[in-house]
Amino acid sequence: MSTTSEPASILDSPLRRLSAALYRRPRVVLGTLLTPPVLWLVVIYLGSLALLFLSSLWHLDPTTSAIVRDPSLVNFQEVLSPDKPYLRVAQHTVGLAVIVTIADALLAFPLAYYMARVASPRTRNVLFIAATIPLWISYLVRVYSWRIILADGGFLDWALGAVGLKGPGALGDVPIAIVFTYIWLPYMVLPLYAGLERIPRSLVEASSDLGGRSWTTFRRIVLPLAFPGLVAGSIFTFSLTLGDYITPTLFSGEQFIGNVIYSNVGVAGNVPLAAAYALVPVAVIALYLVFARRLGAFEAL
Amino acid sequence: MRPAVRLEHLVKRFGGEAGRRVARSGSRQTTEGEVVAVDGIDLEIADGEFFSMLGPSGSGKTTTLRLIAGFELPTEGRVWLHGEDVTRKPPFERDVNTVFQDYALFPHMSVGDNVGYGLTVRKVPKADRERRVGEALDMVRLSGYQGRKPSQLSGGQRQRVALARALVNRPRVLLLDEPLGALDLKLREEMQIELKAIQQEVGITFVYVTHDQEEALTMSDRLAVFSRGRIEQLGTPADLYERPATAFVAGFVGTSNLLRGDVAKALVGSEGIYTVRPEKIRLADRGAAVADDEVGADGTIRTVVYLGPDTRYIVALDAGSDLVVTQQNLNTSSMEVLAAQGQSVRLVWKRQHVLRVEE
Repeated sequence: MSTTSEPASILDSPLRRLSAALYRRPRVVLGTLLTPPVLWLVVIYLGSLALLFLSSLWHLDPTTSAIVRDPSLVNFQEVLSPDKPYLRVAQHTVGLAVIVTIADALLAFPLAYYMARVASPRTRNVLFIAATIPLWISYLVRVYSWRIILADGGFLDWALGAVGLKGPGALGDVPIAIVFTYIWLPYMVLPLYAGLERIPRSLVEASSDLGGRSWTTFRRIVLPLAFPGLVAGSIFTFSLTLGDYITPTLFSGEQFIGNVIYSNVGVAGNVPLAAAYALVPVAVIALYLVFARRLGAFEAL
Repeated sequence: MRPAVRLEHLVKRFGGEAGRRVARSGSRQTTEGEVVAVDGIDLEIADGEFFSMLGPSGSGKTTTLRLIAGFELPTEGRVWLHGEDVTRKPPFERDVNTVFQDYALFPHMSVGDNVGYGLTVRKVPKADRERRVGEALDMVRLSGYQGRKPSQLSGGQRQRVALARALVNRPRVLLLDEPLGALDLKLREEMQIELKAIQQEVGITFVYVTHDQEEALTMSDRLAVFSRGRIEQLGTPADLYERPATAFVAGFVGTSNLLRGDVAKALVGSEGIYTVRPEKIRLADRGAAVADDEVGADGTIRTVVYLGPDTRYIVALDAGSDLVVTQQNLNTSSMEVLAAQGQSVRLVWKRQHVLRVEE
């Protein structure tokens, strides 16, 4: 009968045979799926990082300004020299990044906690969108709008003027910290939310059941278990602050790591020095991760 | 003597989001859309008693336990622990500890730190704490496991750590929320015996939530059968099994064999709902003699289930409705019992074993 021949032809189709063959060879499937991202990661990310490191060992000929491809450590000597501004600029930038990270953590924690553990699914969705809406808008638009808010006689001055106060102005470390804190906040909220959401309710109840007051439960149970999320978020806020050069340019006459790299690549044409300097944030983040690991950030993973 | 736990007209309704979360098939809803999880519970549990709350999911037993622990605040009614009104007190101010269904061990702490947590937060000195943690782990036969992480333990070991973590605080009442639910049958049976032994050793009140009637019958001094947020019946295991008050209890504690309507009238001689336990019924040949104090009913064996030590027969009565009969396999082989399928039989039971129950 025709009803029996039809399924047989479907069973015989080449696609079906292919998926049956792949089903028996899970390694082939895995390999096919993983090859593009692994290639991307190795060639583009690690490759360019290796090139960066390599070019940091080159140096500029002082007379001809041509790149000399003999490995030496002169760039690192210059970057680490106390007579040069580089070390001071790096300290200043790291200090700013620390302040921005702490401010973001303090702002994001209550929000993420509320979203993950208190709010109804509906409220949670609204807050989720609210927290990520800034990411839909161009970075430049947001940074410029802060200039308008913070400018002398701008919106903030006008609003604070009503109670006889004045804003921080649009120039200096305070406005930069405010703008960075605002811009990177979603990058702290999302990993913290993910970390807090995974903590089972019963653990909080168990702590309370065993005599832990709210603060004890928070300090001994919630915070340690949310710590990986906090570290993940702080890596974002920290490294994004270390690398940014647009906000500092718009809000300060001072130099930050990003400005120095930018001007060495674009204006001075000293790519080797820029490469050496670009390794500073890499080293700082690496040290930070080692430190976080020491603190036990990844034990609860 | 004052009861260890006294519940006075306890009501818990969940509205909105929480209501949707707890809503299950067994629970009742009000016209305003609230879910009634606990619907007026009055209960006294004596000091040192092993008390079980038995019921299907959504019957309110776990919510009642959570109201005693303080994880939920009641909508109405009061909770008393040893004569003290704790209705509005948070869990950390109640002298009870809980063994959670999912164990709720802190994954970032060692076994020792988990067990010592209650002592640490209550600022018990270190030496004293370590000694008590050691004793508690001894009691659950896990000495030497202090340094392990919960993730390195098996399910049964985690369960025992959860028990030690609760017992080390020497609470006056221990609450257990289906603590053996995640274990396999063999381990569960071992732990039932162990739990009962520990309870007798420490002498504290155990309030035990389970949906497993066998577990409740084996371990409890008394038990309450929950249904739709209410206590259906309260008593000793023998009370509940031998004198079930309602059709629901008859069915939930043991196998229900209900005779109602015309069948009841034909076999018992009066209207109402009656139950006969399957092991009280004897299988005989058609036309077998029935004594004065016995009832006989003819039927056909519809299904035979061979269970090893026993066989379960489902018999379709000529008068209508099915009865379950269990017989020990004393002299019969599986071949013989399975061959009984489809045979005409007479079921015989003593009149005294027919129990009248309410709807």
